[in-house]
Amino acid sequence: MSDSPVTAPLVQVADLTVEFGGLRAVDGLSFELAEGGALGLVGESGSGKSTVASALLGLHRDTGARVGGSVLVAGTDVGRASDEELRRLRGAKAAMVFQDPLSSLDPYYAIGDQIAEVYRVHTRASRRAARARAVEVLDRVGIPDAARRSRSRPHEFSGGMRQRALIAMALACEPDLLIADEPTTALDVTVQAQILDLLHTLRQETGMGLLLVTHDVGVAAESVDEVLVMRDGKAVEHGSVATVLGAPGEEYTRDLLSAVPRVDVSRVSPAAPSEEVVIEAVGLRREFGRGRGRFAAVDDVSLTVRRGETLGVVGESGSGKTTLGRMLVGLLEPTAGEVRYEGGVRSGVGPAVQMVFQDPVSSLNPRRSVGESIADPLRARGERDERHIRHRVGELLARVGLDAEHYDRYPHEFSGGQRQRVGIARALAADPRVIVCDEPVSALDVTTQAQVVALLGELQRELGLALVFVAHDLAVVRQVSDRVAVMRGGRIVEYGPADEVYGAPQDPYTRQLLAAVPALDPVVAARRRSARKELTSA
Amino acid sequence: MSGFGGFVLRRGVGAVITLFAISVIIYVVFYATPGNVAQITCGPRCSPEQVHQVAQQLRLDDPLYLRYWHFLEGILVGQDYSTGTAVQHCSAPCLGLSYQSDQQVTELILAKLPVSLSLVLGAMVLWLVLGVGTGMLSAWRRGRLSERVLTGITLAGTATPVFVIGLVLMIVVCGELHLLPFPQYVAFTDDPEQWAWNLLLPWLSLALIEAATFARLTRASMLETLAEDHIRTFRAYGVGERSVIGRHALRGALAPVIALNANNFGSAVGGAVLTETLFGLPGIGQELVHAVAVVDLPVVVGMVLVIGFFVVIANAVADLMYAVADRRVVLA
Repeated sequence: MSDSPVTAPLVQVADLTVEFGGLRAVDGLSFELAEGGALGLVGESGSGKSTVASALLGLHRDTGARVGGSVLVAGTDVGRASDEELRRLRGAKAAMVFQDPLSSLDPYYAIGDQIAEVYRVHTRASRRAARARAVEVLDRVGIPDAARRSRSRPHEFSGGMRQRALIAMALACEPDLLIADEPTTALDVTVQAQILDLLHTLRQETGMGLLLVTHDVGVAAESVDEVLVMRDGKAVEHGSVATVLGAPGEEYTRDLLSAVPRVDVSRVSPAAPSEEVVIEAVGLRREFGRGRGRFAAVDDVSLTVRRGETLGVVGESGSGKTTLGRMLVGLLEPTAGEVRYEGGVRSGVGPAVQMVFQDPVSSLNPRRSVGESIADPLRARGERDERHIRHRVGELLARVGLDAEHYDRYPHEFSGGQRQRVGIARALAADPRVIVCDEPVSALDVTTQAQVVALLGELQRELGLALVFVAHDLAVVRQVSDRVAVMRGGRIVEYGPADEVYGAPQDPYTRQLLAAVPALDPVVAARRRSARKELTSA
Repeated sequence: MSGFGGFVLRRGVGAVITLFAISVIIYVVFYATPGNVAQITCGPRCSPEQVHQVAQQLRLDDPLYLRYWHFLEGILVGQDYSTGTAVQHCSAPCLGLSYQSDQQVTELILAKLPVSLSLVLGAMVLWLVLGVGTGMLSAWRRGRLSERVLTGITLAGTATPVFVIGLVLMIVVCGELHLLPFPQYVAFTDDPEQWAWNLLLPWLSLALIEAATFARLTRASMLETLAEDHIRTFRAYGVGERSVIGRHALRGALAPVIALNANNFGSAVGGAVLTETLFGLPGIGQELVHAVAVVDLPVVVGMVLVIGFFVVIANAVADLMYAVADRRVVLA
């Protein structure tokens, strides 16, 4: 700090190492962020990117983690600072926005009071002045009727508004640095676009620096100037967004980028068109709740799935896509309408239509070996011969790319991607003709995601399976689908061949969704951003 | 907050239904048990004719549902009882007459209730302050020596019977140090100051035991809340540890404490027998034990019902407190 303050970078991390027990989460990382600059830390889960973000605010102190190297943030040596100095840094000079905006706010207090509390910690403002400041920043982040809404508690806000509120809290003390740890991961794509646009505008107006931690390369491309790609706690590549994403120098970065699904690239090898309809939904409707709270989660949905094709069902949270998927499998009975399988009306669950679930961790019983789980459908069909069961499970494990000898292993011994393969093997065990996949890859890293998607395509070609692929990610859906149904508020707003829906969307909602998808090319991202501004101002 | 009014109404109706169900169960359990009530009430030297007469007087020959109906009628509108020579009117809420003394059960309970309530309410304040305070402290000091000492003390507290703590307190404070006279119940309406001094030791000995349970619960619940994301948010914004613990963590941790308190308050009204006996307090607990010993069924049923009433009311109040603290409850 003996240098002239003009040239001192906002963040200076040198040889940072963070160890939890024997695990080295961050390993000799160094980087700098100039005042007003924006850096994206990009990496897959376990790469140590969030650990770095926490280290900038000294959040590892007193947690048992061992921190080495030096971290300088806005003139504070985070490693050496006293608790009091650290407290003055947090929130005032560097503020953090977290991933899950619901759990990151105190459910018991009004949002305005929480922001006011933080403001009062760092200023000598009166209660009333702090409250006024809270309303001011809430208004600044685009909360309508901020004075009234500041009295609401977090559960009365939507996901996007909660994230805005958290950003407002970060803005309250006009920090020099905003640290955003996966700020849009829990949000729908249209809301994500709004939040990223908000961050962009705020940065332009306040001149604060931004450190954005994300697993989503597209989100980084939209928001930052520089990217640092991390893997296993180390920096793989560091440079401007255009260079790293446009002409990556490292093998790993290239692999990472090629695994990212593109919304503008259609399915690689579309299935040979077949006219044979396997499963059909006719006027499906499903209601939940009772009394005045009764609503239709799915409302008058009709669609067909043909042999050997993939139908993508895409929509934001609350669009009814999961409810539709469950009705197709027979896990939910429709309130009205019917599901027809090979022409006949069908009710209840059967071997012909199986399901792959979103969360490979909770959809496998942790107390039973994966072999037992995969054998369930076989036993359900009356198979009793243990030798035959073991043999068949071995075949299935090999079929999904796992070791046939892994029958006796337990779910925790597998990675996320491998667990999802187990889930697929379990679905295959019943010899189905249709598999409904409900967000099968949304919990996985992009490289794993690409592998699982490839496996599904392979199985489809070999077994002539019809797939219904339910997801919120427009790019993944494009990548796997022959035809696409776009859902909103329980209804299908657009339905047709994937290339038509994506290439020439007819419904305004589809257009809005597509405009919200982050682009990998920063130039395209900027163009999209201005297009969104026109869409919203129009 | 129209939702809040609806919530209060729903909860109130729920409490009434629960009380009704409790009254049915208690009545059936006690009156359907085998044993010749008329013989016991009349005494061992009664002739069969006399026993028969008592049975008629007590309407023991009526079917159970009819007797329950009369019982309910007594609670709601009052009832007249013939005691052989005269007719006694028992006004609502009438819980019947004691088999032993022909005294009205309602009067009997009203005489004992202030004693029990004095004991339990005072002790409750103490156990909440001591228990929640200790729990907070040991959550905050987790892993340090002070926390281990506190945990040790609360564990010892849970394990020590009330008469041990009470006796030791009495011997030391009253017997050895002469700081207080040996406790003797003085009604609040007679002399509030003497009331408090005389109840101090009973309060302490009842509260020390309960406080241990509350300390352990508060600590566990507090540690759970401290691990939540919103606590991390306030730490990351430089909010001091005292505010984090006192404002954000405590509020989240209080829900199970409120629930346990409702239960313990209700059951202590009739269940503090040991404390009452030890300090010679003529409360509900003592009277109940006596009534059970002599099979004075109207008294037993009446008292158990009153205790049930307090448990239900305390729980309803706890639910309302939840709803005030956390509006999301109203939506559920």
